[in-house]
Amino acid sequence: MIELRGVGKVFNQGRHNQQWAVRDVSLRIETGQLTCLRGPSGSGKTTLLALIGCLARPTLGRILRDGEPLSGLPERFMAELRRRTFGFVFQRFNLIRGLSVLDNVMLPAYPEAPAHEELRERALGLLRRFGLGNLAGQRVEWLSGGEAQRTAICRALINRPAVLIADEPTANLDSRLSAEFMGIAAELVASGKTLIVSSHDPRVYESPAVQRLVGLRDGRLEEA
Amino acid sequence: MPSAFQRQRYLIDYSLMALGRRPGKHLGLLAVYTLIVAVLASVMLFSESLRGEARLLLAGAPEVVLQRLEAGRHALMPASYLARIEGLRGVSGVRGRLWGYHYDPFIGANYTLMVPPSDAPLPGTLAIGAGLARSRGLEVGDLLSLRAANGEPYGLKVAARLDTESELLSTDLVLLSEQDFRAFFGIPADHYTDLVLQVRNPREVHTVKEKLNLVFPDSRPILREEVLRTYDAVFGWRQGVVFVILLGSVLAFVILAWDKASGLSAEERREIGVLKAVGWETADIMRMKFWEGAVISLSAFLLGYLLAYLHVFHAGAVLFAPVLKGWAVLYPDFAPLPSVDGLQLATLFFFTVFPYTLATIVPIWRVATRDPDAVMR
Repeated sequence: MIELRGVGKVFNQGRHNQQWAVRDVSLRIETGQLTCLRGPSGSGKTTLLALIGCLARPTLGRILRDGEPLSGLPERFMAELRRRTFGFVFQRFNLIRGLSVLDNVMLPAYPEAPAHEELRERALGLLRRFGLGNLAGQRVEWLSGGEAQRTAICRALINRPAVLIADEPTANLDSRLSAEFMGIAAELVASGKTLIVSSHDPRVYESPAVQRLVGLRDGRLEEA
Repeated sequence: MPSAFQRQRYLIDYSLMALGRRPGKHLGLLAVYTLIVAVLASVMLFSESLRGEARLLLAGAPEVVLQRLEAGRHALMPASYLARIEGLRGVSGVRGRLWGYHYDPFIGANYTLMVPPSDAPLPGTLAIGAGLARSRGLEVGDLLSLRAANGEPYGLKVAARLDTESELLSTDLVLLSEQDFRAFFGIPADHYTDLVLQVRNPREVHTVKEKLNLVFPDSRPILREEVLRTYDAVFGWRQGVVFVILLGSVLAFVILAWDKASGLSAEERREIGVLKAVGWETADIMRMKFWEGAVISLSAFLLGYLLAYLHVFHAGAVLFAPVLKGWAVLYPDFAPLPSVDGLQLATLFFFTVFPYTLATIVPIWRVATRDPDAVMR
């Protein structure tokens, strides 16, 4: 279980353009469920996901996983958590241009330094599972939106994380691909993963795959 | 526990892929960097080679030369000094030398005329250096006529062309017999240009020098090591002059490197943010960028040094030879002896590879130590 206690995040602290992106959020996210953060643009969904996924540190409050603190850890341990515990699928996928699909998927595992052949097989297995087996050698800039998203999912899963975080996963997809993503999400939850997604797309938050819906507005929790 | 070696392999692998993604930019940088190293290394290699050449030639030079002075100027040495020096303890041999300079208005150059200690040319003949032979178009058997001290033309037949292991010091040399030398310059039979001494124990040269100073207050002893030091200083000074001239291009490169290193593009910043977000540690990113910088700087260093080696030892250092050899009318046809000095190599490495790598690492470190969310935002 992931627990947030009075979490707040401010940007440009102490300057004239100081802004609280997240304020006083206390929340429990159950393991093995698909939780959806719903809210309009600027409601703080992305910031909250970044805080949960150890991509940023809260200004106030604490974040715990199974009772162990995640926030406030030294950078090295934060990086290890990002690598081993969380997989992140960004809104714009953030694949590294110029590299192949296979290289992009293998990247998060480099610091773990597994045997190269084993890593390659693991990455190819994931690509085949998500229907990208024939695109392994292709450069990512030539992928369609759906293919890029599935590549990003494979990259997020390469280190077998317990928690997968997806920020606005359907923002760049059409209806068919959005439905496809929700199917993948349901499959991942069925395989024991915890999924946290943010969206203001009804195709996501109204999907039967979503087990818990959390509303956000102006950086605060909204009663569902 | 991941293997540190395997981890480095992955980082190097990624660094090479990263370099391959922007080939134009990196190849351009590599070319400029290589050129700078090549130019600097050429100057260093050529100067060091000249020093080595001078050392080689002077190795056979006498340990002590004694020159008489009059009013602080070099004057002829009376032959009577020979017997007085022979009596000094520690001196194993002494002989008088005959040498001098002659200005040839025909080609506007100075020749060095000299009577060799042995195998001197027969009276009426001479042996000439290669530079002189080239300039005057002389072959063996030709007649060379020079204006003697009494104003009359003095004709000598070329008996041989000097073929020494280094042309550097023999290019303008003319060897002739004692009889012709004295007649040409009008030097009396009981005088020499200077004297050369052999010292029995090389460690005693300083003691012998002190004795000479005491016994011959009108003369100055010059040690071989002092001549070597002077050559070192002259070539070092010339090297310095070239370095000052090159300073502009070195500065241009420093600006280029700094700009490249410090001005991380938005794409590079984003990439660092993504790598951190997917679990790379700050140290991994630093190491990866270190390898990227090291591949460029080491390649440039090796390529540049190789180019410099070829330039100096196979192309005769065409770019710098006139400055580094000296300003003379008769340029020696000088093929430097290939040699690489370890200390110079290390110095060049330190001043080219190290600053570039550092300049690359610092701005990366600034970005890589921030939270990934802040970098990507």
